[in-house]
Amino acid sequence: MMTTLPLDTAELAQGASRARRDAWRRAFYRMRQSSLSIVGLVLVLLLLLVAAAGNSMAPFPDHITGSIDTAMRFKPPSWSNWMGTNELGQDVFSLVLGGARISLFAGLAVVLLAAAVGTIVGAFAGYLGGWTDEVLMRLADLKLTLPGLILAMAVAAALGAGTLNMVIAISLGWWPGFARLVRGEVLSRREEVYVLAARALGAGPVRILWRHILPNIVSPVIVKMSLDVGFAVLTVASLGFVGIGVKPPTPEWGQMLSTARGFLPDYWWTAIFPGAAIFLAVLSFNLLGDGLRDVLDPKSRR
Amino acid sequence: MPLLHIDNLHLAMRSYDGEAHVLNGVQLQVDKGEIWGLAGETGCGKSVTGLSVSRLVNTPPARYMQGRILFDGQDVLTLDERAMRRLRGRAISMIFQDPSTNLNPVLRVGEQIADVAFEIGRHAPQVLGLGPQTGLGERRRAAERLGVEMLERVGIPDAARRAHDYPHQFSGGMRQRVLIAMALVGQPRLLIADEPTTALDVTLQAQILRLLSDLVKRSDTAVLMITHNLGVVAQICSHVAVMYAGHVVESGRTREVLQSPRHPYTRALLAALPRPGLQRGQLANLAGRVPDLIHPPPGCRFAPRCARATAACTVATPPSVAVSDQHQVACVHLDEVPA
Repeated sequence: MMTTLPLDTAELAQGASRARRDAWRRAFYRMRQSSLSIVGLVLVLLLLLVAAAGNSMAPFPDHITGSIDTAMRFKPPSWSNWMGTNELGQDVFSLVLGGARISLFAGLAVVLLAAAVGTIVGAFAGYLGGWTDEVLMRLADLKLTLPGLILAMAVAAALGAGTLNMVIAISLGWWPGFARLVRGEVLSRREEVYVLAARALGAGPVRILWRHILPNIVSPVIVKMSLDVGFAVLTVASLGFVGIGVKPPTPEWGQMLSTARGFLPDYWWTAIFPGAAIFLAVLSFNLLGDGLRDVLDPKSRR
Repeated sequence: MPLLHIDNLHLAMRSYDGEAHVLNGVQLQVDKGEIWGLAGETGCGKSVTGLSVSRLVNTPPARYMQGRILFDGQDVLTLDERAMRRLRGRAISMIFQDPSTNLNPVLRVGEQIADVAFEIGRHAPQVLGLGPQTGLGERRRAAERLGVEMLERVGIPDAARRAHDYPHQFSGGMRQRVLIAMALVGQPRLLIADEPTTALDVTLQAQILRLLSDLVKRSDTAVLMITHNLGVVAQICSHVAVMYAGHVVESGRTREVLQSPRHPYTRALLAALPRPGLQRGQLANLAGRVPDLIHPPPGCRFAPRCARATAACTVATPPSVAVSDQHQVACVHLDEVPA
């Protein structure tokens, strides 16, 4: 009874790409309805650009890599140093640009790692239930009883300095939030009739989770991810502020703020600008996250 | 040896109020090529019986207390999940009621049917027209081809293009066709169809039923059609089993059972069928209500609603008696009921 059908693959691919283009256009249209989320999107793209190319955009790129200029200590903002200079005579504007790399990439890495671990844990806990659920979620609860920053500080201190260690330390306290979110979504999706129908036709738990449940729950995960990047950036800065994490001379916003604290209020520019950078990063990811929620969550759509 | 033999199946379901005895000695034999209708009112256990054959009833809260479900001589109640998964879709397939909730809304129809074929091809590559030891990529392509071919066979026009559409782009009848294609892609030997046409309008019902019976007749697939609609039974079923409160009260060839029903419940069901020409208020109904399954009435569970019930009915569950070849009735008062 097996016959091979000639399939017009070109036509099929064309139809699929048209559908995809329409979906993007619709999403963008919905996002445009809220101007704040467009502001968030633009700011995030700008921040990513700075993080990727900040070193070559900086007026004093060598300051980012650690050179100092003692003759230029504590100069206020001027045409040559837009954000003034710090206690080592380094250009604050260059350092803020250079600091974007660590802050943003560490923030993104934390959220990606936490979302990956949390999604896997939450998905299996929710779908398999029983003792798997019990063990995994109690583990998540255990993490939630510890303040995230304290845990991150302890782990970072134990692992030693370094960007990678800092990312691991923060992620360790971050995944339970994703695990709980995903578990809840999976619990409601696993009761769908199409899940029963798929099981009735021979699908196993991995295929059901991967093909039938996860695609249905990516939206809340993406929204949480974009909202969380801002807070992750803040946490990275907090670790820098208390002196754990990235070591000088690599510029990092939190650590810049911490050093500048000693020179307030006279040399205010050394603190204001890295602080504003942190503020801007958190704000733009929050705006983007809110915008994405409007696009992706049909229930909150107006 | 029958293809499917449900032998004295007892199932209890835990609930807050106590244990409900949902199935109370279900007895059923299905041979290949037969289309059985499993008829009864809501809550009589017909769906649970169907789900039990595929082992899709969650235990707990359910508990199998007694009995066997022999598929091809093997008791599926003793199989582990892995072995059961191999049977599903390949040996035993299912179709459910509402085609709008049976398909995953975010997956293209072609992908969903190819997924089923792909999984079946893991253990039965011949279904995909492949030999053993075929690479994953080739298996996937063969599964996609077979999926489109199945869609064509169930009458989806322009199937190759429609395979790239999402379920919401199909009408209810077309979606039910897709589900039939998915259920039959593994060339199953038994198809369990749980109210496959209940959500469709009447003209579509007839079309879908005809399609289904054509397809299974060609492949000698046995069907267990769960329905509360005796019209559906009369239309395509070769045999019928009437269930009441977890028990098969009457079974046999459709024509014989529907034309000369012997059990009072079957008679009441048939009397309650609306017919053209009935005046307002003339439609018969059955007094009383479905028994409490947590504290079932003693003896025959239908006795409290039965006009013929006597003290003898409440002593024990009446055994099934053959009144003719293949026609079985579980009633104490058979002698008094004219044939």
